[in-house]
Amino acid sequence: MTRILTALAACLLLLAPAPAPAQDDGISEIQALLQAHRELIEDSSRRTIGPAIDALADSGLPAAQAVLERWQAKEMYQRESDGLFFFAEEAGEDDQGEDLLTLYDIATGEELETVLEDGMDQLRPNSGIRGMMGAALVRFQLKDPDPAVRLGALDAIGRDAEPSHLPALRAALEAEDDPDIAARMDRLARLLTIQFSEDDAARIAAIESFAGDLGVDVRATLNPLVRTDLRVTEGPVPDDVDLARVLTPGTEALSKVDAYEELVDADLAPPLIDRDAQKAALVTHLADGEVAGIQVADLNTEATRDMAYAELVRRGAVEAAATQSEIDDILAGFSFYEVYTATSPEVVAAAVSALQAIDRSVAFNEFLDLALDALSLASIYFLAAIGLAITFGVMRVINMAHGEFIMMGAYTGYVVQQIIPDYTASLIVALPAAFAVTFGAGVAMERLVIRWLYHRPLETLLATFGISIALQQLARNIFGTQARPLTSPDWLGGALTINDVVSISYIRIAIFGLALIFLCVFLFIMNRTRVGLEVRAVTQNPAMAASMGINPDRINMLTFGLGSGIAGIAGVAIGLWAKVTSELGQDYIVQSFMTVVVGGVGNIWGTLLGAGLIGALQKFIEWFNPSNTLAAQTYMIIFIIIFIQFRPRGLIALKGRAAEA
Amino acid sequence: MPADTTARSSSWRNSSGDSGGITPRSGPFLLRHPSVMVFIALLALFTLGVTILSEGFGIGAISTSFVKTLGKTLCLCLVALAMDLVWGYCGILSLGHMAFFGLGGYAIGMWLMYARTEIIVVESLAAAELPPTPQEISDGIAAQIFGVVGASEFPPVWAFAHSLPLQLAAVVLVPGLLALVFGWLAFRSRVTGVYLSILTQAMTLALSLYLFQNDSGLRGNNGLSGLQNLPGLGDMPQSVVSIWFLWASALALGAGYLLCAWIVSGKFGSVIRAIRDDEARVRFLGYPVEAFKLAVFTVTAVIAGIAGALYYPQAGIINPAEIAPIASIYLAVWVAIGGRGRLYGAVIGAAFVSLLSTWFTGGQAPDVNLGFYRIHWVDWWTVLLGLSFVAVTLFAPRGIGGLVDLIAERRHPDRHGADLGPDQGALREKEADQ
Repeated sequence: MTRILTALAACLLLLAPAPAPAQDDGISEIQALLQAHRELIEDSSRRTIGPAIDALADSGLPAAQAVLERWQAKEMYQRESDGLFFFAEEAGEDDQGEDLLTLYDIATGEELETVLEDGMDQLRPNSGIRGMMGAALVRFQLKDPDPAVRLGALDAIGRDAEPSHLPALRAALEAEDDPDIAARMDRLARLLTIQFSEDDAARIAAIESFAGDLGVDVRATLNPLVRTDLRVTEGPVPDDVDLARVLTPGTEALSKVDAYEELVDADLAPPLIDRDAQKAALVTHLADGEVAGIQVADLNTEATRDMAYAELVRRGAVEAAATQSEIDDILAGFSFYEVYTATSPEVVAAAVSALQAIDRSVAFNEFLDLALDALSLASIYFLAAIGLAITFGVMRVINMAHGEFIMMGAYTGYVVQQIIPDYTASLIVALPAAFAVTFGAGVAMERLVIRWLYHRPLETLLATFGISIALQQLARNIFGTQARPLTSPDWLGGALTINDVVSISYIRIAIFGLALIFLCVFLFIMNRTRVGLEVRAVTQNPAMAASMGINPDRINMLTFGLGSGIAGIAGVAIGLWAKVTSELGQDYIVQSFMTVVVGGVGNIWGTLLGAGLIGALQKFIEWFNPSNTLAAQTYMIIFIIIFIQFRPRGLIALKGRAAEA
Repeated sequence: MPADTTARSSSWRNSSGDSGGITPRSGPFLLRHPSVMVFIALLALFTLGVTILSEGFGIGAISTSFVKTLGKTLCLCLVALAMDLVWGYCGILSLGHMAFFGLGGYAIGMWLMYARTEIIVVESLAAAELPPTPQEISDGIAAQIFGVVGASEFPPVWAFAHSLPLQLAAVVLVPGLLALVFGWLAFRSRVTGVYLSILTQAMTLALSLYLFQNDSGLRGNNGLSGLQNLPGLGDMPQSVVSIWFLWASALALGAGYLLCAWIVSGKFGSVIRAIRDDEARVRFLGYPVEAFKLAVFTVTAVIAGIAGALYYPQAGIINPAEIAPIASIYLAVWVAIGGRGRLYGAVIGAAFVSLLSTWFTGGQAPDVNLGFYRIHWVDWWTVLLGLSFVAVTLFAPRGIGGLVDLIAERRHPDRHGADLGPDQGALREKEADQ
């Protein structure tokens, strides 16, 4: 795109009415310039062509850009007879089958004549030279009237910068009137200053201007400045070096083996012989059932093998070599340290402090990112647990099939998506459909099973286990064992990117929003509606509620249905976030119960706190050991078990009569 | 609640009149409990019968793989017995006993795998020119065992794997100590009922998730394999080894049954049943409820560990999926279907359901053609099991064991009063009399 625009711009320039001022002998200025560097151009070598390209780029001639572009595109030809340069296009063949070329003037672009290709030499710059031309062309593009071209040029410089870009960039910066582009140019100019400027003060100023910047390009520019070299000397570290740090062999930064290899490379120690090589050497010198006077049968410990090898060395049969056990003694005599490779200590110091500031800033932003992650995980746990907060928290019914209701909701979403192909519409249908399906299932379960077991909580647990097992297998029979996709609509795809470190996907924001909505719905129903009042009454004292004219059967049925229905909606949300499998519910059931128990049974704020605690905890444990989410879950559960020691009734414990219900 | 107390005392009178004359109240333990003798005799007969019919020692009517299935079933009966003691008698619905079972399996599996690999490594190194050093042998074994998870060094948990006595001690100590620590933490903070069930389930989940990691040191989800080959007995045919394990399993089951019967028959048994029925009242009477519960929890965990140590050499492989919470749930299902609160019920339930499961999921059960749909039992067995479990919980809380009552015409006395407590599945009335 950029190139086309550039070409268009070039054509416009070329078609401008004022012809280039011709010189006396009929040769244009640009032609004269090319002729001046004719030998370099003909030689066409990457090492020598530089002055020719620079001369062209610096000439300030209007045709220079076009020449560079067409040269780069291999459209420039040299006439063998007089060495003049032309643009040329292939023009078919003449009667004899000879290839023809149409020539154009390089200064004006006017069509001149059509000649035989035989008399013309095509200039074929190799890729290295074309790259140099591209770099030179960038300078023209920086001043291009089209902002898109200028941005493209900035991108090109950012990818592959070179010293010559710096003055061009500074010049372009002065002329730039678009503030956004100017800001980018300024930033790039400062980056290039760090890389290429000769003036240390300017470099330091530029480095300091980047303190705390999160850009990856900044770190990429600064890191070469603080590159270090590993050195080793006998005795203590010398004073006259630009010391980065002292290393101790056997630590994480420098293993003993690596340290020793460094010594061997510097010819400061004999090469290390490993067990296998030692064994091989011993085997080679095996004779008459013994090696160096030691019986083979005795060579079954490392000590005797070392002795035998030492004896072989003494006899001159093998090279002297250090064994594993001698490494420590040898290493103790040397000191290992790193020195900065960059020449100017002041620049290095500035870079180090800038990098530290950047690291602090990155750490802060990573913490922010982690906190966002924790928040979104917490809202997923909250979503999964909120239905349970109703059935378990309010009604005190242990529903082990709650996870399967979540799964049912997710599969409902999947089925709806098979029927309605539009993802947005299907999502809008799926949410109430999932509620309806799981509400029905919940009511059926309450009517058929749970109501017979209200006073036998352990047996409720068992019976709902049975239902859970059956439902899982049923889902496997219907939908198969492979994961089913529940695709989110496009507007939920992608992520909200705050800076290079902090970003959060829209789906997580949506889940967070959904969790908030559910919290409000729950609070509204429980505290502001007749049904909520009746539910609380029935929970606290069914007999008294019944004598007040409330039908406890109906209320229990509705409450259980509501809790299950919310699980179904949570299932759709979780299905969008994770894959839909028959084990989907299993993955959340224990965490959900933990959320409710940790938060405090019977209190929605407790559930919210519990979800927050568990989500945050899991994310922070993962942060310590990012490779291992399994371990994070393990440690989290252990933490919860210990937590329950100290607050057996959860974070927010009910007090008084309600606690005994 | 005076009405409740009256109901209970009257029911005691009823029940003592009902069965007072059946069992003698003094004399040797076995004479006082004829049902234990009957069980031991049946178990001995069964073992003898299988031995005679086996390929290794008898006429070969039963295949070696079926002998192994029977041996494994005996181990499952043993762990069901432990579950019955802790749940049916003490009222702790533990969803962690299959984890203890698996830990026992891992403990013995480590030695089996180490010792067998050691033999292989030593044999392969014997051909080398130089005799191997201890380090070379150890490196060779580690490379063999842990190559699959990309490690080549022994993790610390394998420190005792070379020694059979130490690993046998681990079979008892690891589940026992875990149960002791976990139980102490849970009981002292008065976590009871369903909360305890959920907590034990969380423990089981944590353990299985931990073992699923590759760097847990126990080969991640590959688990331990090749356990059916006894080190040093490589030339012994599996048909013989399977009978040995059958004998060992039968012996362990018999001993476990005796132990459990002895525990529940004495005063200790009365106290734990009382804890099940009304924990607060037992505490007010001055009994250290937590200590009793902890003792039962730990002892049953040890029994589960031993059962696991006998089970997995017969199964040949153990992996973390065996420890997942669902396994412990199935254990509860077996005991409930068999009839909890009675030892033979647990054994019947475990044997019946696990053998039926093997039959259905093994593909031997014939498909049922409904015309419009063909029921493959491999797919539908779990659904049937889940639903029948619901049905048992709802309609037959005493499980298969209830049939025995029906035949023996031992029924609950008619009671007119409030429900006695959370757990109707057990025969409180009869037990109060023992």
